[in-house]
Amino acid sequence: MSGNMNLTLNVWRQKNVADKGRFVTYKADDISPDMSFLEMLDVVNERLVKKGEDPIHFDHDCREGICGMCSLYINGRPHGPKRGITTCQLHMRSFHDGETITIEPWRAEAFPVIKDLATDRTAFDRIQEAGGFVSVNTGGIPDANEIPIPKVIADEAFNSATCIQCGACVAACKNASAALFVSAKISQLALLPQGQPERYRRVQAMVAQMDAEGFGSCTNTGACEIECPKGISLTNINRMRRDYFTAKFFKEEEIN
Amino acid sequence: MSSFTKAFSSTLGKKLIMSLTGLFLSLFLIIHLLGNLQLFKHDGGKAFNEYSYFMTHFAPIKIISYLLYLSIVLHAVYALVITIGNGKARKVKYAVYKGSANSSWSSRNMGILGTVLLVFIVSHMSNFWAEYHWGGLPYAKYEMSLTNPEDVKVTNIPYEGKPLVHSEYVDTQAGTQVVVAKDLYILVMELFKKEWYVALYVISMIAMGFHLYHGFQSGFQTLGWDHKKYKPIIDVLGLWVFGIIIPAVFAAMPLYVYFFK
Ligand code: HEM
Ligand code: FES
Repeated sequence: MSGNMNLTLNVWRQKNVADKGRFVTYKADDISPDMSFLEMLDVVNERLVKKGEDPIHFDHDCREGICGMCSLYINGRPHGPKRGITTCQLHMRSFHDGETITIEPWRAEAFPVIKDLATDRTAFDRIQEAGGFVSVNTGGIPDANEIPIPKVIADEAFNSATCIQCGACVAACKNASAALFVSAKISQLALLPQGQPERYRRVQAMVAQMDAEGFGSCTNTGACEIECPKGISLTNINRMRRDYFTAKFFKEEEIN
Repeated sequence: MSSFTKAFSSTLGKKLIMSLTGLFLSLFLIIHLLGNLQLFKHDGGKAFNEYSYFMTHFAPIKIISYLLYLSIVLHAVYALVITIGNGKARKVKYAVYKGSANSSWSSRNMGILGTVLLVFIVSHMSNFWAEYHWGGLPYAKYEMSLTNPEDVKVTNIPYEGKPLVHSEYVDTQAGTQVVVAKDLYILVMELFKKEWYVALYVISMIAMGFHLYHGFQSGFQTLGWDHKKYKPIIDVLGLWVFGIIIPAVFAAMPLYVYFFK
């Protein structure tokens, strides 16, 4: 079809965690510019399957930018060259005919490669389990708006809550730090009244788990904020530090 | 581990040490710069040598200077520890990496910039600080007319195996105020005449500008401080005052001596 693109893909292939892995070059011919990046990979995979080869493994689920399952480090950037979108929302028109595209998995010791481009991001789940929750009493349903929350605070908590846990922040960070993810999960609860009882216990537990998973130390490069598909801001990280130091140095009854 | 040491061994706590020591060093730069401006005076080094004596003999300043040495060591050690830890967090590097799309060059090269600074600080301390304390520096005698402070007579006293006693007194008969001081000024003038030293100095100041362009504002964030309205002021200070003006004025001193004295 006219207007379609011929591309060269440089794709990371790795059988399993133990395999060393290598780049393999594929031709992706006759790709419609209106396809999403994942649809382009689907087409490449169908052709591989027809030839009897092992298709390229990559993570995806919703394909509309809400689940956080897709990843891919494309031409040196997580989720590709555009800002504010996930790989499933990236269209092939963002590339040009004849381009060579290098596709790598998220790189971090805490995100081991399962196969090809799919990584194990359960480190994030363990951090969440360490404290990313609130305890609620059973019983009657409380009245809506019973607890007053200023609009700015509600908005800020909501912004933090838009994190979809995709891990682009870790992938983008030169230190493979998970500070943006962890701080967003801490902030969405620390800002609201419902999150207060566990606030200082939570920040200490989640930071400790983040360190135990082997993520790096944030040096405020700001790369995560730029690459985050949901626009989670750096101010979350500073809020996390504030709460952490408050817990450790100023609240003796809260130290755990 | 006590909770206190646990706090300082977390990723956030280690950075807290970097930030506190880095910001303390940044603050000291201002004082150091103001003092060094005495070099531009046309008084044969009188003001500069008096300032050097004051800085090494006034007790509160001595305490601060020990804190500074400690800060430099802690800052460098933690820089190394953090950098090694961050390297371990991503053992397999990216084949294609476009850091310039999402972060400043300074922020991605703090370790290299800091290493240049460390080399500079070590050479700087051995050239001036160690010489001042233990080297056989000559002395200078300044006789300043009481009626006309512009009229200063300088006599150089070579070092003869034993340090002299620093003294300041008024000679009523001659109508002069006399200062006999260790002559660090002459050493500065000598070194600032050497190409390699001037080059090292200027390169280091450029590195310092880049280090502090990211470092100054980063230090505030590491403390957990951020503000929609006031953080931009810190950013401007970090760029203009710590990133450009302070390094430029420091670099101007050896350049001035090299080209115009
Ligand atoms: C004049 C001397 C120095 C000053 C004023 C200074 C200042 C600073 C400041 C304010 C920070 C920010 C701290 C933070 O982000 O929390 C910083 C970070 C850093 N400094 Fe220095 N520093 C100096 C010397 C050094 C030396 C000698 C080294 C290396 C041996 C070094 C290496 C680093 C590193 C690796 C960082 C952390 C990187 C980052 O935050 O992105 N610095 N420095
Ligand atoms: S597949 Fe769900 S966000 Fe991309």
